[in-house]
Amino acid sequence: MTPVPSRQGAARERAPRVGAGRFPWLLVVPAVVGIAFLVLPFAGLLIRAPWSTLGTRLLMPEIRGALLLSLGTATLATAIALVLGVPLAWLLARAAFPGRRVVRALVTVPMVIPPVVGGVALLLALGRRGVVGQYLDAWFGYTMPFTPAAVVAAQVFVAMPFLVISVEGALRGADRRYEEAAATLGATRVTVFRRITLPMVLPGVAAGAVLCWARALGEFGATITFAGNFPGRTQTMPIAVYLAMQTDPESAIVLSLVLLLVSLLILVSLRERWVGAL
Amino acid sequence: MSAPSLRAHLVVDRPGFRLDAELAVQRGEVLALLGPNGAGKSTALRALAGLAPMSAGGVVLEGEDITTTPTERRPIGMVFQDYLLFGHMSAVENVAFGPRCHGVDARRARREAAALLDRMGLREHAAARPATLSGGQAQRVALARALAVRPRLLLLDEPLSALDAHTRLTVRSHLRRHLRDFDGATVVVTHDPLDAMVLADKVTVIEDGAVVQYGAPADVARRPRTEYVARLVGLNLYRGNAERSEVRVEAGEARVALHEETEGDVFVAFPPRAVALYRERPDGSPRNVWRMTIDGIERFGDQVRVHLDGELPMSADITPAALADLSLSPGDAVWAGVKATEVESYPA
Repeated sequence: MTPVPSRQGAARERAPRVGAGRFPWLLVVPAVVGIAFLVLPFAGLLIRAPWSTLGTRLLMPEIRGALLLSLGTATLATAIALVLGVPLAWLLARAAFPGRRVVRALVTVPMVIPPVVGGVALLLALGRRGVVGQYLDAWFGYTMPFTPAAVVAAQVFVAMPFLVISVEGALRGADRRYEEAAATLGATRVTVFRRITLPMVLPGVAAGAVLCWARALGEFGATITFAGNFPGRTQTMPIAVYLAMQTDPESAIVLSLVLLLVSLLILVSLRERWVGAL
Repeated sequence: MSAPSLRAHLVVDRPGFRLDAELAVQRGEVLALLGPNGAGKSTALRALAGLAPMSAGGVVLEGEDITTTPTERRPIGMVFQDYLLFGHMSAVENVAFGPRCHGVDARRARREAAALLDRMGLREHAAARPATLSGGQAQRVALARALAVRPRLLLLDEPLSALDAHTRLTVRSHLRRHLRDFDGATVVVTHDPLDAMVLADKVTVIEDGAVVQYGAPADVARRPRTEYVARLVGLNLYRGNAERSEVRVEAGEARVALHEETEGDVFVAFPPRAVALYRERPDGSPRNVWRMTIDGIERFGDQVRVHLDGELPMSADITPAALADLSLSPGDAVWAGVKATEVESYPA
């Protein structure tokens, strides 16, 4: 007669069966298809890349111009987003004011609307006849649309919310007792923010800046609507890729490769230090 | 007696909780706020620091009303429960932070911070990040950081609770030395009676947001006024009504005989080691004998603590030998006796 197995024994008997149980096809098959769908396009890009003429194409002035413009505007847009977005995130995370939830919802709107709509909205606000733009034109003789400044404006508009949301999350997660400790040592609110809060949320700020920069670099819809497509002035990399695709597909592939490479470089170089907070 | 350095009436309202406590601390004096968890001790400390908004009352420090002064402008130094050292700064930068905020120039602040750490015996750890410090070292850095701003009021929130038992011993004596040297008022929050006895000149016991007892540590230990304090200092405590040399205990019918005469509402207290246990009702000697049942038996140091239930619930400490002689076990009926001279009585 076999003894009745103890509960522990039963558990040990059952445990391997869970691991060796029926293979979860229902989950694994869609997962593999998902991976393939995400990776295959890049493989296509690499396979079809005109490797032999890559060097000469990279030196073509229109490609170089678009690349420099994209890197420059995305970086400037990120800097502006940092200057405006970090205080905005602080306000959303820390200040109690009426309508805070409404403001928070408004901040996230550019993340969800189609970028083209953002471009149209920017034109209506800052265009020569726009709500604000007409005064810029009348008083200062300044018109923003279809200038490099418009490229930056479009990028800030679509990318800053990513930074704000990231920093706000970091601020909410930060231990506020350190700020109290600083206050008991005589630190004013500005000092507390600068010397205690900001260093504490730095990973969140960095992660937000990376997201913001990547989003700005890839900006297309709002840019082409608000800033147009002037080579050397407002033609950024994504726009150049799109146009090249119609006339010179091989150049489009090269441009795409460059964009892909730049994005990967940023991701890899920051991964170790900061992107864990993403 | 001079006017106290700190006079405070702290009223803090929170949903389902109200703190209403009055404190007074002399210059150079250490006041311990003793109480169970959730009694409002830390809230009181935060109110003194300006971190918890008060709904009424006031705080006067060295003649100046600081009730509405924002935290950063109060002449205070605070040591937090888990120290809250700034992780992105070295020990010396942590200590120099306060003086820097008070406008001391960087080089001088750093030099003085280094000197302060030196006095704390942390010379070789000045450049260390807080994460690399031991608990005892972090505690000393936190104390140095609080003292660096030359406060008139030093606040310590459970300064020893984050330490293991062994470290606590050395840090406690170190802390005691530095508190002796400090010439302002000190308020230290603790739930450990030993901390209060060693560190403080006066003890305020807070329970449920109200002060239930105030006095010198020895007085509080000898004459507890609540069940909580009695348990902390290890005494059996009862409240009752005295008529000449006999006290009728409030809860129940038991009577306790005293060796002196008194009248009115009184507390009576006696230590567990004063209780003797008998199988048979003893004749003669102790006037206080009660019929009891054994509720539980546990080791207590080199003694055995016997919990007794009956007309006068109490603890009794007896030797393991006595326990064996009497062959006691839970549920047994025993007689408990206490000499009248062992019973302390004081007005309620």
